[in-house]
Amino acid sequence: MIEATGLTKHYGKTVAVDDLSFSVQPGRVTGFLGPNGAGKSTTMRMILGLDSPTRGKVTVKGRDYRSLHDPLRVVGALLDAKWVHPNRSARAHLQWLAKSNRIPSRRVDEVLDIVGLTQVAKRRAGGFSLGMSQRLGIAGALLGDPEVLMFDEPVNGLDPEGILWIRQFMHRLADEGRTVFVSSHLLSEMAQTAQDLIVIGRGKLISQTSTEQFIKDATEDTVRVRSPQLDRLRELLAGRARIADAAASDGALVVHGVEPSFIGELAAANGITLHELSPQLGSLEEAFMQLTKESVEYHAAD
Amino acid sequence: MTLLAVERIKLFSTRSPWWCMLLALGLTVGLTAIIAANWDGSPMPVMGAVFTHTFGLYVIMVMAALAVTTEYRFGTIKSTFQAAPDRTSPMIAKAVVVVLLSALVGLAASFGSWGLSWLLADDTSQLALSSGNDWRHVAGVGLVFGAGALLALGIGALVRQTAGAVSIILVFALVLENVVGLIPNIGDDIQNWMPFLVAQKFILGDPDPSGIPDGAGPPAIGELSPWGSFAYFAGIALAIYIISLVVVKRRDA
Repeated sequence: MIEATGLTKHYGKTVAVDDLSFSVQPGRVTGFLGPNGAGKSTTMRMILGLDSPTRGKVTVKGRDYRSLHDPLRVVGALLDAKWVHPNRSARAHLQWLAKSNRIPSRRVDEVLDIVGLTQVAKRRAGGFSLGMSQRLGIAGALLGDPEVLMFDEPVNGLDPEGILWIRQFMHRLADEGRTVFVSSHLLSEMAQTAQDLIVIGRGKLISQTSTEQFIKDATEDTVRVRSPQLDRLRELLAGRARIADAAASDGALVVHGVEPSFIGELAAANGITLHELSPQLGSLEEAFMQLTKESVEYHAAD
Repeated sequence: MTLLAVERIKLFSTRSPWWCMLLALGLTVGLTAIIAANWDGSPMPVMGAVFTHTFGLYVIMVMAALAVTTEYRFGTIKSTFQAAPDRTSPMIAKAVVVVLLSALVGLAASFGSWGLSWLLADDTSQLALSSGNDWRHVAGVGLVFGAGALLALGIGALVRQTAGAVSIILVFALVLENVVGLIPNIGDDIQNWMPFLVAQKFILGDPDPSGIPDGAGPPAIGELSPWGSFAYFAGIALAIYIISLVVVKRRDA
């Protein structure tokens, strides 16, 4: 488990992380969400003892990372898949990592097998695709069979297959009782991956809650409905929800303020056929942007 | 002990250290071969076989600097510090491996040069290692390579980038130390304390008079005895290396 209290990091005059306190629990995937430049990577580097906090502290299993004995056996991390010497083979890379923490070399073969890189273990890591590099980074994180795992933007630049693989993989790790802490700047990705969310903007904590709760709080319930008996449905919904017509050609209703289940039951009770009943994820992303708008560091010019 | 093995794996699992070592060896021995084959008119002295060690020294220092700057270049230093968060122990392990290896290359280069001179020089009557000074000329190269590697590691860890570290080493050794002598009045006094020139005195200074007719040979600069010169060079290397350890420990990785 990871616990930060009053964590603060200044780079010169820039405040990268500002009085951040949170805790990450075992047995769950915890998402670390924030726009680019919010301080996610800085926080992760401080957890690993790579950067020193200006104030405050962060502990892993109650201890300062730098005081851990054989830390790779406690915390596995993938912060950047490119942190590999390009002319070193995947196997040699894992071998020196393993050796440094007295991890037997048969474990190197095991993790190569887990991430599916056995075939290319002898090839130089510089020639790997981004997906393969990510897998190699994950193999490195798994080497010490650690209880705590951290991944910084692990799905960035991956194809859908790779994204699915990593997502399922993180769930499996959490199901094994491990602490899984994963950062992203995409709420839609986190919504499918994380059970808990720590949301930050400009280095400050915006919220720490379950993903479900966060989405509920952040989005007004918006549901898209299509039906051949649209007018009838519109009448039934009138007075209970705000209704707006979507693009006219589409022939759909956008309903605010009620749950999809409510509309479905209403339709069934009145014998109305529904062709579509979908909660709107687009509004989820909008809600997230709304929440973090004031805290985005790099704005695009309007 | 495990960290020594780690650094050994890191160094030998990429190709550039091999190339640097081969180049250091080849340059030193190869140039000596040319000198020995063309040595006419007088017996070749022992120190004639080791003039060229400075070329190898620069190359081996580049290798040592690379051993740490590539870690910063490719971000593996973060993995290194993640695995050994006290930071000092992996840096010391790296120094032990790189310094020992450099010293070995130095010995191979100097004894290789000396051996080849036996084969190629016309008159080898003065080439035998018959005194302590003769041994210092040849075996001392190993010590200078080792100390030079330590200095380069320190510079590399402080500067953190290959181009910067290599430029500092080469510009200092090849340009600055020579240009300093041109400063009026005080130039010579400063030059007497320039580390690379002082290190050369350890290798080339105080030759046996029998081996050097009329005291000919390269000027050995410095106020110190040959062994004092080595202590001075190694002391500077150690000081810079220790400063780098302190800085690396405090700095964000």
